[in-house]
Amino acid sequence: MGRNALNIKLRRELWQLRGQVVAIALVIAGGVAVCVMSVLNYSSLMETRAQYYEQHRFAEVFAAVKRAPRHVLQEISKIPGVARAEGRVEGIAKLEMPGYTDPVSARLVSLPPNTQPDINRLFIREGRLPMAGRNQEVVAIGSFAEAHDLSPGDQFTGIINGRRQSLVLTGIVESPEFIYVIPPGGMLPDYERYGVLWMNREALAAGFDMVGAFNSLVVTLRSNMSDATVIDHLDRSLARYGATGAYGREHQFSHRFLSDELDQLKTMATVFPLIFMSVAMFLLHVVISRLISTQRDIIAVLKAFGYGNRQIAWHYSKLVILIAVIGLAVGLALGFWLGRGLAELYMDYYRFPGLLFRIHPGWLVLLGLLTILVAWAGAWRAIRQAAALPPAEAMRPEGPARYRIAGAEKLLSGIRFSQPSRMIVRQLDRRPGRTLLSMSGIAMATAIVMVGNFQFDSVSLMVHTQFARVQQQDLAAAFIDPVNSSAIYTLQRQPGILYVEGKRLVPARLTFGHRQWRSAVTGIPSDAKLQFVVDSNLARVQLPKEGLLLTDFLAEELGVTPGDIVQLEVLEGDRRTIQVPVAGITSEFLGVGAYMNLDALNRALGDGPLINQAMINLDPERAGEIYDSLRETPGVLGLSIRQAMLDSFYDTLAKTFLTFTFFNSLMGGIIAFGVVYNTIRISLAEKGRELASLRVLGYTHNEVAHILLGEVALLIMLGVPLGWLVGQGLALAIVTAMQTELYRVPLTITSQTLAISALVVVVSAMASGVIAWWRLKALDLVAVLKTRE
Amino acid sequence: MFHTRGLTKTYDQGEVQVHALRGVDLDLFGGELVVMLGASGSGKSTLLNILGGLDVPTSGEVRYRDIDLSKAGDRELTRYRREHVGFVFQFYNLIPSLTARENVAAVTEIASNPMAPEEALALVGLQARIDHFPAQLSGGEQQRVAIARAVAKRPAVLLCDEPTGALDSATGVLVLEALARANRETGTTTVIITHNASIAAMGDRVITLSDGNISGEHRNSERQDPRTLSW
Repeated sequence: MGRNALNIKLRRELWQLRGQVVAIALVIAGGVAVCVMSVLNYSSLMETRAQYYEQHRFAEVFAAVKRAPRHVLQEISKIPGVARAEGRVEGIAKLEMPGYTDPVSARLVSLPPNTQPDINRLFIREGRLPMAGRNQEVVAIGSFAEAHDLSPGDQFTGIINGRRQSLVLTGIVESPEFIYVIPPGGMLPDYERYGVLWMNREALAAGFDMVGAFNSLVVTLRSNMSDATVIDHLDRSLARYGATGAYGREHQFSHRFLSDELDQLKTMATVFPLIFMSVAMFLLHVVISRLISTQRDIIAVLKAFGYGNRQIAWHYSKLVILIAVIGLAVGLALGFWLGRGLAELYMDYYRFPGLLFRIHPGWLVLLGLLTILVAWAGAWRAIRQAAALPPAEAMRPEGPARYRIAGAEKLLSGIRFSQPSRMIVRQLDRRPGRTLLSMSGIAMATAIVMVGNFQFDSVSLMVHTQFARVQQQDLAAAFIDPVNSSAIYTLQRQPGILYVEGKRLVPARLTFGHRQWRSAVTGIPSDAKLQFVVDSNLARVQLPKEGLLLTDFLAEELGVTPGDIVQLEVLEGDRRTIQVPVAGITSEFLGVGAYMNLDALNRALGDGPLINQAMINLDPERAGEIYDSLRETPGVLGLSIRQAMLDSFYDTLAKTFLTFTFFNSLMGGIIAFGVVYNTIRISLAEKGRELASLRVLGYTHNEVAHILLGEVALLIMLGVPLGWLVGQGLALAIVTAMQTELYRVPLTITSQTLAISALVVVVSAMASGVIAWWRLKALDLVAVLKTRE
Repeated sequence: MFHTRGLTKTYDQGEVQVHALRGVDLDLFGGELVVMLGASGSGKSTLLNILGGLDVPTSGEVRYRDIDLSKAGDRELTRYRREHVGFVFQFYNLIPSLTARENVAAVTEIASNPMAPEEALALVGLQARIDHFPAQLSGGEQQRVAIARAVAKRPAVLLCDEPTGALDSATGVLVLEALARANRETGTTTVIITHNASIAAMGDRVITLSDGNISGEHRNSERQDPRTLSW
């Protein structure tokens, strides 16, 4: 910038307006920071994940079979499109951890002798892999090791296929296959009670009668091959070995969960900056308009001396651009700092071996340009008006402000307004556009805090529904194979067990016409007391006596309505296929479900009264005994304690909630502060003379402050409820965008969320108010007597 | 009613010290109309500000009845202005978002024994314009609303700083008439500062200020009707 007069003027004005400049720049910075942070996180995590997958050869196709001989692998390797194929043995073990009484189970995955697996390689954090021949040696996944404070050399007991075995930990590892570790049938990680262990194939094969065979297949593809053809081939090749159907990476549990989370980051990267930027635009519009209107005579003089319209426009544009650049600089710095911190948090949470910190520089340039453009667009009208002002008109002062009786006063004519109150109402009424914009700014601040927090309420509700409403048992025991329901009575006879109910989960592929879906059918007894189907209003749904009850999502996927007949292919046992009618449709938070009356299901399958899960209520005093005895029972695959899962969830939730709430409140607070501060400053500038006059006339400082702050208070009283509405709309949009097959997040906004959002805005406003209160003290009462309006 | 002794006011204007008042002794009596004459820089506005509780003297004493204004803090001065003083400014200083009636009510609402706004406005001859906003009133009418606002609280003293300074002479006369009537009918001590010597004739007493001190004082044998004044 040269030393010419206009630039000097610009610099000085920037300094004079520094309070407002800072407020607006902060709002811009907020938007930029959130954007940078989210995109930085998103691209870093995507790159980190991609590299992790690549370096550890994460499989692209997965398949499970009952038992296939190893020579089948040669056949599979020859399938066109297959790059590598690896057969593994997998199973579930119950574990006894020293000093820990709750039931623990783990997924066991086999390792080839003395080497890393070819596919789904492990990242070794500590220690080493088990050596060939040492069948007691295992490595454990990091989350489990951390939960039990394990280190290489520790020992514990495993019950593998009914046989007790002592295990020695030789290392702690991570795997791209298990970034998310969720117990079977669960929704949430439970690191203390469920983990993943790897051991020698030889040892596992012996334990699960898989010598010379495999029951789990992982495949990588040649570049650019689609998985569909390979999956078809695999299904055909593996059908005779009891395959349940191959699937691609996008259906792999851990990958899917992670992808959903990453998608949410994308949403954050768009919604929040949009809100910030629109508020910043409005603030700039108001401030620059005001500035220009106070400089009419200066503009007139400049024009009279020969400055052209373009030069005038450019002069004011520079002011706007400068403010935007300040905001951009602060926002970038903040965004990088926050982004890095958040990415590291994520790295810990997902247990990635390392972090690739990446952002495309072109993207930053785009953001910078957009920011400046948006800021300029906000002030554009005012600048254009200034530039177009005819010099003579600019010389004349603006006519006196025209006031009138406000509409609100007429509506509320029964109330005796005090004069200060009238002043407040009429000030807002005179500039409806500006009033509306200020209200919107406050509404946006409220909405941001709401949107940040509501997800916790929603997820809580979902989890509460799943684990406290739909299931009411203390303990669930899963059996390795379906057993006769008389097992219930055997269990019930055990001391300490108060009540037992059965359940049967049948993995199945449902087909209707050309559409199919792979899921499970849950059979629930008609007199069930511990398990229900509830709809999205949490009302209990009566199971039809015959036929399937599908969730609406699944019904839509299959294109069925009640009355249609669906083909059900059982993916276990003798793999029979049956026809079942659709008897009803319900809606649920967990998107995909098929339910049937237990007896009807067993009959349709041609089986006797079978169950493969027992829901148990027990005497808390005897819980330990019962866990022990069930752990020893060979037919029992695993146990899960409902309350423990809930507790662990709420613990994690609470920790994340606080960080998130703080962050969102900070953002909302910045916007609220920016809007309120600017409103007050402008009011003070416009009404300073009036307020000083009132002081001279005998009004106290507080009475005069009331007038200034009353305007803000009214804006808040109107803006916050508006913000609640806007927040609700935004939340709905987010919830709709976030719907996946895995779950449908319910829209729940608790009064706590509403209260927090209002509180943040009010506190920020109060901070501005305090500043204004102090500035009022500095009103020059003497000067006001001599100044023209 | 008012009593000042050795009143001085000095303030800094950059590197220069300005002696606005240099030891003023003054007495004002109940019910009288005093015209304070002086050129720009004579100290008349400063004196008015101190009498009105807007400013405190650098040294000296100023008393209103038994209140020592020279030692009063901000809160006391505010209370003093609220309860005892009516102000009329050169540029009216009406609240633009309030009607004439409401502007007067803004002051009567915080007074302990006020007139009704309508009564005050009738006193200045504006009963027909009671619901108009300042933007809809002429300069003279606005000033008369300001006078009504000042007298409505029945102040002990009415201080007018160049009340006709922004008006043409015809309108100015109307305003002075209103002031004279207010003084007559309410008995409020009225002080009018002006640089316009023609106005002096309407007062009971005329005090001339020059260079921060009282340079002259005389009593008019009778008060002239403002309608006979011209400038």
